[in-house]
Amino acid sequence: MTIDETLPVRSSNDIVVVRQMVRASAVQLGFNLVEQTKIVTAASELARNTIDYGGGGVARVQSLRQAGRIGLRLTFEDKGPGIADIELALKDGYTTGGGLGLGLSGAKRLSNEFAIESRPGEGTRVTITRWK
Amino acid sequence: MERIPILKMNEFLLVSIQVDMHDRLAMTLQDDLTERIVRDRARGVLIDISSLEVVDSFIGRMIGNIAAMARVLDAETVVVGMRPAVAITLVELGLSLDGVRTSLNVDKGMELLRTALANGDGHHDDDR
Amino acid sequence: MGTRPSSRLVDVIRKHESGILADWVKTQFSILKSTERLSESALRADCERFLPLLRAALQASGDEDIMTPAWDGPRDMLSELSRLRAKAGYTPSETAVFVMSLKQPLFERLRGEIGRDADTLADEVWHTTLLLDRLALFTTEVYQKGRDEIILRQQEEMLELSTPVVQLWDGILALPLIGTLDSARTQVVMENLLQRIVETGAGIAIIDITGVPTVDTLVAQHLLKTVAAARLMGADCIISGIRPQIAQTIVHLGVELSTVVTKATLADAFAIALRKTGASLARGSKS
Repeated sequence: MTIDETLPVRSSNDIVVVRQMVRASAVQLGFNLVEQTKIVTAASELARNTIDYGGGGVARVQSLRQAGRIGLRLTFEDKGPGIADIELALKDGYTTGGGLGLGLSGAKRLSNEFAIESRPGEGTRVTITRWK
Repeated sequence: MERIPILKMNEFLLVSIQVDMHDRLAMTLQDDLTERIVRDRARGVLIDISSLEVVDSFIGRMIGNIAAMARVLDAETVVVGMRPAVAITLVELGLSLDGVRTSLNVDKGMELLRTALANGDGHHDDDR
Repeated sequence: MGTRPSSRLVDVIRKHESGILADWVKTQFSILKSTERLSESALRADCERFLPLLRAALQASGDEDIMTPAWDGPRDMLSELSRLRAKAGYTPSETAVFVMSLKQPLFERLRGEIGRDADTLADEVWHTTLLLDRLALFTTEVYQKGRDEIILRQQEEMLELSTPVVQLWDGILALPLIGTLDSARTQVVMENLLQRIVETGAGIAIIDITGVPTVDTLVAQHLLKTVAAARLMGADCIISGIRPQIAQTIVHLGVELSTVVTKATLADAFAIALRKTGASLARGSKS
């Protein structure tokens, strides 16, 4: 029952693949429909960011088992320009206009755990986790 | 090339989004719709998302673009068939779909469009 | 001899299988028959299945660690048995008795085989009892998990029953909430409401909280998220039954209510809903 897959995230077709992989994993781990939808949507946002702002990268999908809890962890990594001001990037933009803000902060709201590492010129890594 | 079919229903256009949209498909849809609204003199557009299990900010932006573009062409847009799980997720995500009307299904959507057009509505968020 | 499993035990089981089975079944049946739950033939079938599994595991394994793969066979069967008994309403003791009652028949035959060699007999009996105790404890753990799952499911079913969504009129649903709401329960209830909205094509849902004594921030937020979700889907919500105390709490918590229609009573909310859907009552419409 262990899941550990790494997928390329380079084109918009890849986003579809990532969504399907995350959905299948969430189903396998027993998440209910709303939980599945939340994590797949978060994955979609982050995958899109990886392409639009990171120049493409990879996505890692992992199942977790800690202290009797089951979780699903997604890590999106790119070697793009990085984010200069993470706090600003996380600020909300509640509009359909979107931009980097909505994707990142949205993914954060849809997850139980959220972590981001990024430095200008060194790329970005975003990790989200959802526990059952 | 793969395209999303646009159907004519009375004086409205109906688009059913059933597949995972990628960028090119979204752009093509917006172009096709613009053309059809003008060509068919459509007064309203119904976007049926009842098949969508996931709506992310990309789709949200696309819907917003379609609504804005339709308005410029003097047509109203209604999004129909949003699934509960999707609605709950969008609320959490913070996507508001401002300026876009919604209805539970195509029939209600058409009813809404007719009322809006009869009242000569331009754009009303709260008044449904 | 350290922790070597009872090699005599394997022989004993092999040589005296039918005798052991008979005694084992008899003992269990006399304990359990008063509960009127088990048939002797079903019990015998279970025992006949288990004994060979036990023997095979003893032969294959190096010690009494029943969590090793060699013991998969007996463990799987015991898991199944415990789950079934948990579901059928057996007590934990009645379930553990399956393994425990095997001790006597085994000890008797061990004594018969080993005879006067007190040391060897003591050793074998020790190993056997250690093994069977572990297996019995295993059945109790599985039993407990089975009961927990049943309780969880019953709780969910009760949740569904205690918060039914009612159709007041064509296109108008009402959800009368009663009792203290916790975060988990509220979420389940709200998802259910949204699902019913889709199924019935209702344009308006009235969430009545008259029967809710207190509302905390989390619950208030869930309520508002549900209203927002319903609106996204194309339906409207009205919250009714907000008593003065709750209104104060909500304002204190800084929760944003201005975008939601609220009414003091369910009746008021219903009237508004009727008006909105364009329906009119014969007895004097409120238009």
